[in-house]
Amino acid sequence: MSFIAKPKVIHPQSPRNELGLTVRDYEGGMSTLCAGCGHDSVTGAIVQAVFELSIPPHRMAKLSGIGCSSKTPAYFVKESHGFNTVHGRMPSVASGANAANSDLWYIGVSGDGDSLSIGLGQFCHAIRRNVNMLYIIENNGVYGLTKGQFSASADLGSKAKKGAENQQPPIDPCRMAISMGAGFVARSFSGDKEQLLPLIKAGLSHKGFAVIDVISPCVTFNDHEGSTKSYEYTRQHFHPAIQANYVPPSEEIKVQYKAGEAMPVTLHDGSQIILRKVAGKYDPTDRASIYSYLEQHQQAGEVITGLLYYDDSLKEMHDLSNIVDEPLSTVDHSDLCPGNDALQVLQNVWR
Amino acid sequence: MSTGPSNNDFTIRIANVNGTGSASANALLMKSIFRMGIPVVGKNYFPSNIQGLPTWYEIRVSGRGYMARAGRIDIMLAMNAQTYRKDLADVAPGGYLIYDSTWPRHKLLNRDDVTIIGIPLARMCNEQFSTARSRVLMKNVAYVGAVAALLDVDLDVIKASLEKIFAKKASLLKANYVAFNLGYDYAKQHFGDLLSFKVEPMDETSQHIMIDGNTATALGAVYAGATVGAWYPLTPSTSVMDTFISFCERYRIEDETGQAKYCIIQAEDELSAMGMVLGAGWNGARAFTPTSGPGISLMSELLGYGYFAEIPAVVVNVQRCGPSTGMPTRTQQADIMACAYASHGDTRHVLLFPSSPEECFYHSVAAFDLAERLQTPVIILTDLDIGMNDWMIPILKWDDNYKPDRGKSLDAAALEKMESFHRYLDVDDDAIPYRTFPGEHPNGAYFTRGSGHNMYGAYTEDSNEYLEVVDRLRRKWETAKQYIPEPAVDYSDKYKVGIISVGSCDGAVIEARDRLLASGMGTNYLRVKAFPFTDRVQEFIDSHDRLYVVEQNRDAQLRSLLMLETDVVAEKLVPLLFYDGLPINARGIIEAINQDLAKGVAA
Repeated sequence: MSFIAKPKVIHPQSPRNELGLTVRDYEGGMSTLCAGCGHDSVTGAIVQAVFELSIPPHRMAKLSGIGCSSKTPAYFVKESHGFNTVHGRMPSVASGANAANSDLWYIGVSGDGDSLSIGLGQFCHAIRRNVNMLYIIENNGVYGLTKGQFSASADLGSKAKKGAENQQPPIDPCRMAISMGAGFVARSFSGDKEQLLPLIKAGLSHKGFAVIDVISPCVTFNDHEGSTKSYEYTRQHFHPAIQANYVPPSEEIKVQYKAGEAMPVTLHDGSQIILRKVAGKYDPTDRASIYSYLEQHQQAGEVITGLLYYDDSLKEMHDLSNIVDEPLSTVDHSDLCPGNDALQVLQNVWR
Repeated sequence: MSTGPSNNDFTIRIANVNGTGSASANALLMKSIFRMGIPVVGKNYFPSNIQGLPTWYEIRVSGRGYMARAGRIDIMLAMNAQTYRKDLADVAPGGYLIYDSTWPRHKLLNRDDVTIIGIPLARMCNEQFSTARSRVLMKNVAYVGAVAALLDVDLDVIKASLEKIFAKKASLLKANYVAFNLGYDYAKQHFGDLLSFKVEPMDETSQHIMIDGNTATALGAVYAGATVGAWYPLTPSTSVMDTFISFCERYRIEDETGQAKYCIIQAEDELSAMGMVLGAGWNGARAFTPTSGPGISLMSELLGYGYFAEIPAVVVNVQRCGPSTGMPTRTQQADIMACAYASHGDTRHVLLFPSSPEECFYHSVAAFDLAERLQTPVIILTDLDIGMNDWMIPILKWDDNYKPDRGKSLDAAALEKMESFHRYLDVDDDAIPYRTFPGEHPNGAYFTRGSGHNMYGAYTEDSNEYLEVVDRLRRKWETAKQYIPEPAVDYSDKYKVGIISVGSCDGAVIEARDRLLASGMGTNYLRVKAFPFTDRVQEFIDSHDRLYVVEQNRDAQLRSLLMLETDVVAEKLVPLLFYDGLPINARGIIEAINQDLAKGVAA
């Protein structure tokens, strides 16, 4: 239905955020994805999250690569600048954009082909650089736009629509991100907005690189029996390890948690994430134990979700290089150019 | 026409092993001659290696100020046993070879037309210095002493040079002076007036500096106000970013906070470096990346994106010998075609061709202005000869009234007044649309894409909408011609023969023209400074029947580009090609032109 212009009618009773905007003000163009695509649910969660965080739409920049997932920035927050880069190169473009202006909210949307095959290197190095952005992988285990080839996240033994069985081991973006030193690593499911929404809000508020791997089924090419990225399989094997609640800076934490049961983490902007253990001994700050937990449970075919790893002690890219707070893009030329007198003094070394 | 050596007109080549610290000794010798007021130029032929392979340094002393390689060696300092045979063979008849006479020399290695000068450098240094490293290092300074004695280099200048280098290291100053005197005294005593040529003080360098092109390019980027530099280290471009960083550390750190007004990202590869430059340029910062041929290959996809989505970017390509990995430490101009049309589809890029470190500085600044004015990637094509060798150039000047040309963009105030903004509308009929920056104003938002888009910025697969955009891009190419630097032209209607050249060929062409004129043949000369070619290039072509196109690649790439982009018949353009990886010299150009003319006479 992409040929239909989206009408914007705002109900007078619609809730408004701190900026006086309604959720409709955070929508984008009409989606051109297949009806029932998991990606559209992620888009909906992003719209809701940005609305609830009261981010001024024009203060956000949304970037993507190539693929079905990478089309989605056109479908949310139309008053944000968007940058649909070439295949697999969104992390570098986002790094450069962030270098030029550290004072915007950055959200990158990518897919499993874009991030785990053609763009694997860029994805890894953006993590190492700790670019301050939320990076969402809409993971469906399949190449949609080219009609059904396995992607690098396809599980061993998962079946393609025409019956072929995947023989190569999958790349797990979460385990990889943890090993690469990401400070915020989460996994969720497009079919569970309740879990996804607070993760997006927390990821945006986290200072540094936040990655959310969202299992987002492809209804056309990978939602059949035998696929491990289908709605049905994901629902059956979905195991939240950690539940994360997001509490904005202005709100008081009302619920009391028993010691050892929940862990409040304060983000740089004063907001908090309350992490609640769902699965027995899971500790989202202990890299080594998470690693073996994920290994063990994923071997058993379980999809472990939640905020899997959190470390707020890491410096993001600008802090690592001790760069001025003012965006470099707006520093006046007179503050950048040493001038002729300095040039004449400098040249004495070459005489 | 004299081509033999004479006072202030000769070339010294120093053959050595890399990693022995000879670079600073060679610089001492060259700088001292420069400080005597005599024009010099240094050419470094070094291996892609850290230690143990042959390396040569060539100092051309040219009272007339010629900056190209001479193409002949008058004094060979043969300090490397591995290459001795070749080094002896390379000396011009009547020339001199200096060797370390500590060890015996094979009798068969002799030439009747070369004077052999033996100086026991190692023995003298071994007796004087106690550690192995200092013996190796000081031997270099001792040979500088020997050459200084043979050439009559001003001792006060040497002393001042050493004092400048070792201002804060008194013990090293003393040791260096001792080593220098070892060589100097021995040579004076045994070979006092042996040489038929010397250096004589002049006053031709007081308004000049000696600098390499990469340093000058980096300095231009600092002065242009570049704040984001992304790169992947690659010979011979590495020192562009190294020096940019050191200038930024000097000029761009806030005193009170210690915070930096620049951001350098060492990327994982050139693909990523190019993506970063586009991201930063899109977001309103002046951004650049230095690279060489292999990097251009990797950047091509994103260069095409920058062209189509109209994002300013500056790329510095310090060309080296291709194809493939090629010879990383040898020079060439073989990326002209690859850069002109880098990326798939109908893509074309603005190129700048500096001919010296002086133009590297000014073109570097111009590149940032052009990139933002034209909203497109601009590639500066230098080469290893310009980038890494020390050239003598006029002192650089900066106009403090300079204001960066940020091109056409809309700020929050302008956007507030607008009902709608469309990214790719040709509002002013110059084919350059207005752009907006993220974060500025909700009215300025648009979706940047490399996929087909219409003039409003929306996705399209409609033929007419697509054509409107790509045809405007072609018109923008025409607009570019009024902003880019015009070619350097030296024309007289007295002369029938014309030369067209580019970049680092300039010094050799200038010298060749002087010598051709002295032998009775005047020539006209056009040096392209930029692509697209302006009307001046067409006019120059039109006013000649025969044109020699001098360039440093096998496939006549500049000539090909002229054939594609101007109205010229192929027969009119005679290719003169020099692509062995060494800097071009005048002699080769003269010989090729004379040969071609002789053919014409014979026919």
